Amino acid sequence: MVNVSDSKNYKVIGTNPIRHDGYDKVTGRAVYGADIKLPGLIWASIVRSPHAHAVLKSVDTSAAEKVDGVFAVMTGKDLPHLADSWIDHGEGTENVAWSSENIMATKKVLYKGHAVAAVAAKDRYVADYAASKIKVEYEELESVTNVEDATKEGAPILLEDLVGDHIGKKVEKTNIASVTRHEFGDPDKAFQDAEHVVERTFTLQMVHQGYIEPHNATATWDEEGRVKVWTSTQGAFPVRTSTAAILDMDVSKVKVTPLEIGGGFGGKIPIYLEPVCATLSKKSGRPVKAVMERSNVFQASGPAPGGTITVKMGTDKNGKLIAADTSIKLEAGGFPGAAVGAAVQCIFAPYEIANTRIDGYDIVVNKPKSAAYRAPGSPQAAFATETVVNELADLHGMDPVDFRLLNASKEGTRRADGVVFPVIGNEEVLDAAKASDHWKSELGTPMKGRIRGRGVASGYWFNVGLKSTVNLTVNTDGVVALVEGSTDIGGTRTSISMQAAEILGIPATDFRPTVGDTETAGYADVTGGSRTTYATGFAAVKAAENLIEVLKERCSIIWSLDKQDIDFENGTFFATKDPELKFTFKQLAANLDSTGGPAASSGSVDLESAGGAFGTHIVDLDVDPDTGKTDIVRYTAVQDVGTVIYPAYCRGNIQGGVVQGIGWGLNEEYFMKDDGSQANTSYLDYRMPTALDMPNIDVIMVEKPNPGHPFGVRGVGEVPICPPIAAIGDALHDALGKRFYDAPMKPGRILNVLGKISD
Amino acid sequence: MAKLFLPYHLKKATNDEDYVEVKGKNLREVIDNLEKMYPGTKEYLVEENRIKPGLAAICGYSATRKGLLQELEDDTEVHFLPSIAGG
Repeated sequence: MVNVSDSKNYKVIGTNPIRHDGYDKVTGRAVYGADIKLPGLIWASIVRSPHAHAVLKSVDTSAAEKVDGVFAVMTGKDLPHLADSWIDHGEGTENVAWSSENIMATKKVLYKGHAVAAVAAKDRYVADYAASKIKVEYEELESVTNVEDATKEGAPILLEDLVGDHIGKKVEKTNIASVTRHEFGDPDKAFQDAEHVVERTFTLQMVHQGYIEPHNATATWDEEGRVKVWTSTQGAFPVRTSTAAILDMDVSKVKVTPLEIGGGFGGKIPIYLEPVCATLSKKSGRPVKAVMERSNVFQASGPAPGGTITVKMGTDKNGKLIAADTSIKLEAGGFPGAAVGAAVQCIFAPYEIANTRIDGYDIVVNKPKSAAYRAPGSPQAAFATETVVNELADLHGMDPVDFRLLNASKEGTRRADGVVFPVIGNEEVLDAAKASDHWKSELGTPMKGRIRGRGVASGYWFNVGLKSTVNLTVNTDGVVALVEGSTDIGGTRTSISMQAAEILGIPATDFRPTVGDTETAGYADVTGGSRTTYATGFAAVKAAENLIEVLKERCSIIWSLDKQDIDFENGTFFATKDPELKFTFKQLAANLDSTGGPAASSGSVDLESAGGAFGTHIVDLDVDPDTGKTDIVRYTAVQDVGTVIYPAYCRGNIQGGVVQGIGWGLNEEYFMKDDGSQANTSYLDYRMPTALDMPNIDVIMVEKPNPGHPFGVRGVGEVPICPPIAAIGDALHDALGKRFYDAPMKPGRILNVLGKISD
Repeated sequence: MAKLFLPYHLKKATNDEDYVEVKGKNLREVIDNLEKMYPGTKEYLVEENRIKPGLAAICGYSATRKGLLQELEDDTEVHFLPSIAGG
């Protein structure tokens, strides 16, 4: 590990204790959403549109209602009719009317798989059969499934009532929901003065997060008018907020219990099934469960947007970047809200450029409403920028890492959207990449019949803060029960406990961490934005510090001393004026009953950003010029991670992001048919990397502590998916002498670029 | 005075300056004073007494969590960007 910080001599931070959820996960005892069984439980089946774009003329449920074993049937008209209104999820807002229409259409279907009705029956087979009896009349419309077609003159309009905001101008009858611009300096003049200018246009396809566990929900609507939900989610409280808003009820009437989660990566922030199950429960008087089939996960949940990005960059004669211009057009799916805002923030972030212009377009198309996917918008942006940066480095005859170091953003650099960077580790990451064994090594001999190439690329994510709460209670045996509202996707029960453990001077294994429901845990925003170890960890630190104050009070009672004469260090409470008076944490825990009973504390935060983080990746791959097949043979990810709390998690998180980025770069795509439907809706056809495809991924963690956190935590989970697409493209160029501007760089595309096959 | 970087389409109101200096102890006062200086700008930034949905106010290095109540020191930069958390 490269360590650039003055790290303290931590006892818990930086170690790898046995994870608290480990045994349950590896033995299969962990309870997931699909495992939930309640008395009287019935199953839901959802009727989905076979068309990508159509007017919903009528829905006839009469035949389904007569099927033996059916308890309830619903259409979109059973959901409250909601006017446009916005709910706030912290940094990120949701238009409730659009969300409701996305959950079940009442007017138009906007993508194949769009829900139009649902049935609840005694089991899922009867439910499926009854659903097949629902007659839906559609008036099919022309569909548009990419940003070019959606913005052509005369293109079919998806949302008749959408009023686009095009750089402050209100525009009706448009599929462009918004156009934003950021401009600093004079990019046009700077391009005229540039020594070299490279302008390229890139295309990317929609891709899915690929979590193993499908979306699921179970709900009851009881006699008091309260809704209880069990679900797989990245945030129980945001599910509560969204469900309550869509059902037009107060948040406190909805209780959400998050179960273990089998992956999310951003895709389990929106909701799809919860209001449907609740409504069917209201109609049937029974608990209702729904679990998506994989094909529906692909077609009806929220993938990452594809789109088109044009990047133009110019350098002076010394290789200094002096101008950059981009147009980012991303597919929102059926409703506005592509990750274009984030792409705008990230696209030139690794570089210091005086003259910049960024145009971002949020464009609705007949595809599922896109959602967040690990650093939403940034991998697409990095593919474009980093490819152009590598071309410019070539034109200057410079080593691409040296070129990046010459132009690297640093503390005080004004990002292209205007915001000035605080302490960041971009240069340290590039230094570490340059010093890495991988970058200094020879390429080695390719496999027989293959050509080997090496590529490099950087990426950035801004890491958010937001709200978190942690509650602690001391058991009489000295074990601390920790309740947090942040759902645990990547092992955060342990990384949160470790931070409290460090403060309390006890091992992390002396914690019993639990993810609570919305009525037992304090409020927490989503587990997303690389925020949980940072923000919920900060809340745990506060709770632990508050607990120390509570426990000092207890010592003062036992020792008949003023609290101010009691101190705490390394897990021991002691009287400052009498060295004989001291308690270890466990000893004091055993004496709490006579001092006022249980000792408990709470900590909560609402934090600003953790400060951005950067990664630089190096990849070696072998490519077969006859078949276009590629094999990744070596990969190194270098990343600024702030202070490492749990090194094994940190490394694993980065490796996971790299693998997803490699899949995005090489194979993954929503392959769309002419009728606007997705052709590859199973993991047999949607080609994700497996363990058999991957070499070991080396990780170099650069610690540039975040000065805004007690231990210096930043965020880890999103940066690693940003550089791989561009790094792979660069490696292919090194091997084949051809640049790639379209992802995925699948065998057919490679052969196409080599001129061996045509489109 | 705070340095207020306006969204691009509002720059025309400020003669294409990258930023304008506006007095105010907190973000609410700064935006109110901006409206006095450049009428019509506030409606793009504030809705129902809060920062407009979909916008984040960056005060200094990152998005404020205090909304219009965010205190501002002299020379603090304020930007308005799309609000987004991540995946």
